[in-house]
Amino acid sequence: MSKHVVIIGGGVAGMEAAGQLSKFGYKVSLVEKEKTTGGHLNEWFKLFPDRRDSNEIKAYLENFISDKGINIITGTSVEKLAGYKNGLSIFTDGGQILDADAVVMATGFDLFKSSRKEEYGYGIYDNVITSADLEGMFRKGKISMLNGESPKTVGLVHCVGSRDEKVGNLYCSKLCCVTAVKQAIEIREYLPESKVFCFYMDMRMGGAYYEELYREAQEEWGVNFIRGKVSEVSESINDKLIIKAEDTLTGRPLKMELDMLVLMAGMEMSKGGKTIADASGLNTGDNRFFSPVDNHFGSNRSNLRGVFYAGTCTMPMNITETISHARAVVSDVVDFLNNHK
Amino acid sequence: MNKFGYTISKGRQINYETNNRYAAEYILDREPSFRVCIECGCCSATCTTGNFTKFSLRELQILIKRGENDQVRENIKKCMLCGKCTLVCPRGVNTRNVVMLAREAFQKKLQNAI
Repeated sequence: MSKHVVIIGGGVAGMEAAGQLSKFGYKVSLVEKEKTTGGHLNEWFKLFPDRRDSNEIKAYLENFISDKGINIITGTSVEKLAGYKNGLSIFTDGGQILDADAVVMATGFDLFKSSRKEEYGYGIYDNVITSADLEGMFRKGKISMLNGESPKTVGLVHCVGSRDEKVGNLYCSKLCCVTAVKQAIEIREYLPESKVFCFYMDMRMGGAYYEELYREAQEEWGVNFIRGKVSEVSESINDKLIIKAEDTLTGRPLKMELDMLVLMAGMEMSKGGKTIADASGLNTGDNRFFSPVDNHFGSNRSNLRGVFYAGTCTMPMNITETISHARAVVSDVVDFLNNHK
Repeated sequence: MNKFGYTISKGRQINYETNNRYAAEYILDREPSFRVCIECGCCSATCTTGNFTKFSLRELQILIKRGENDQVRENIKKCMLCGKCTLVCPRGVNTRNVVMLAREAFQKKLQNAI
């Protein structure tokens, strides 16, 4: 009888790992808490840096996991893993128990809840939105304020929920800088009359063709970059947003009236992942993400026998890195099932 | 000797070797969070004093670290110690205490700033 691998989480990492593992002849089950697979791809429109439609990636992954006999269980959350001697038991919220020879945690990330940075006014002021909200507008084909009009001035705030001790996240989410650059370009494309301002602390363009995209934003789209973190937002009597920052490169405080403000929400360990970690004794780091056994040689291995990690449940990653990490987990799972089980 | 009114401009370089960085050391010993500033400017953006006078706590902190004491001496007294900067700092720098300690350091060894 073929061995059974259960993958928890049906986003990019889970789908890729499921497809790859089934190629080795294992029986694979993919458990997803939402009604459909695809994870955060469902929220995004076009992807950095090449502006590929996220639906294309989703279609590829959906195709990859279909017709392989993968047991896709949607609308089901996992609460706990137990029993690591000869196999694992996976307890779901519906009271179901799945038995597995190996488990791949692909529980991904949650976007930082921007309302926690109260000083930015998300959920208080109408036209303060998040990067994810803006993607929804891109998908609909119209960027509009609550009154239906198009914004003439838009500000993008980097590092919302990242590099911020006040919300308990010391780490850099790594993708928000390039997302801001991509979205700034897109706003200028949709609204050629608009003015766009990015408020950053550092521009972290550490990926293939990110820096080039940054340059394109300056050169071809006239996006303005202001070095200073926005400290607070208020609303004027005529419904404009007033932001305060220090323009650190001139050394003077800066005040600006904007029609719309987009908060670049960072990445956090998913609630679902945290629940399983706490219930099952999986190690997590100071950043609350799963903590693999070795940063270099064991980034897919957990402290529990037979349990492995793939993707952003271990740290912020882009889609390319997530797919690579999901492919890498296959090598550890195969080795475990063939040689150590 | 005829004087033609010409002068030689003083160099603008920060002379790292000869600058007196006593204040920075004094603060670091007592307030280690002084180390972790990333120059984001939140403190200065929210600062009431900085909105009306030439006072930037972000800038003063880096000037203290470089030992550019004249500019610090001139400005450090402007702070009203309201503490708003401490509330907004994403790195958790105890900025209010940094100002207090800077004043202390100047009072002790670098000519009174107050």
